[in-house]
Amino acid sequence: MDSIMMLSLERWLHFLAGITWIGLLYFFNFVNAPAMAQANADKEGPGPAAIGKYIMPQALFWFRWAAVVTWVSGALYIASAGHYSLHGVFTLGIGQGGDHIGLTTIGTGAWLGTIMLFNVWVLIWPNQKKVLGIVSVTDAEKAKARRVAFLASRVNTALSIPMLLFMGAASHGLPI
Amino acid sequence: MNPLDSISGTIVTGLVLAVVLMFLIKALAGA
Repeated sequence: MDSIMMLSLERWLHFLAGITWIGLLYFFNFVNAPAMAQANADKEGPGPAAIGKYIMPQALFWFRWAAVVTWVSGALYIASAGHYSLHGVFTLGIGQGGDHIGLTTIGTGAWLGTIMLFNVWVLIWPNQKKVLGIVSVTDAEKAKARRVAFLASRVNTALSIPMLLFMGAASHGLPI
Repeated sequence: MNPLDSISGTIVTGLVLAVVLMFLIKALAGA
């Protein structure tokens, strides 16, 4: 397989996994969290238990592993592409000389994506395990875990906006 | 109040970050 084909497959996988990851992130923030709040407030309704038992574990499975595949396929792409290097991207092109805006742009997107991956595996998933009862904790610990997971998820939603701008702009230019 | 508590606050935070980082990058890259 030649390098152009390899790059194309890595980019494709990066997009597929990234859509899965961020799509589920937007589902959690735009649909699931408000629906859980509604279900909690509706005292005569069926309640949120089924969401926590049947939907969240499956959604979180695809969410956290899609995040890993997105990051790894992105890193593979950067390492394989002749015009990028992992060092150049993660140092934002500083010290590379010449016109390095492509490295600065994709590097900013890569750092934002890396922070988001950290939030998924270090803040969201361990705390969601407590919220969903996969790990047994006290009610106070569960309330704290719910707040941390919620805020980390909201941070990722906010970061996804500039992240996507810089990922796309590396090849297609910034709007200014 | 934390702006991240609401969806609109989260989106505005993301948009502000995007604009600020965009100008920073332009300045950093000297473009």
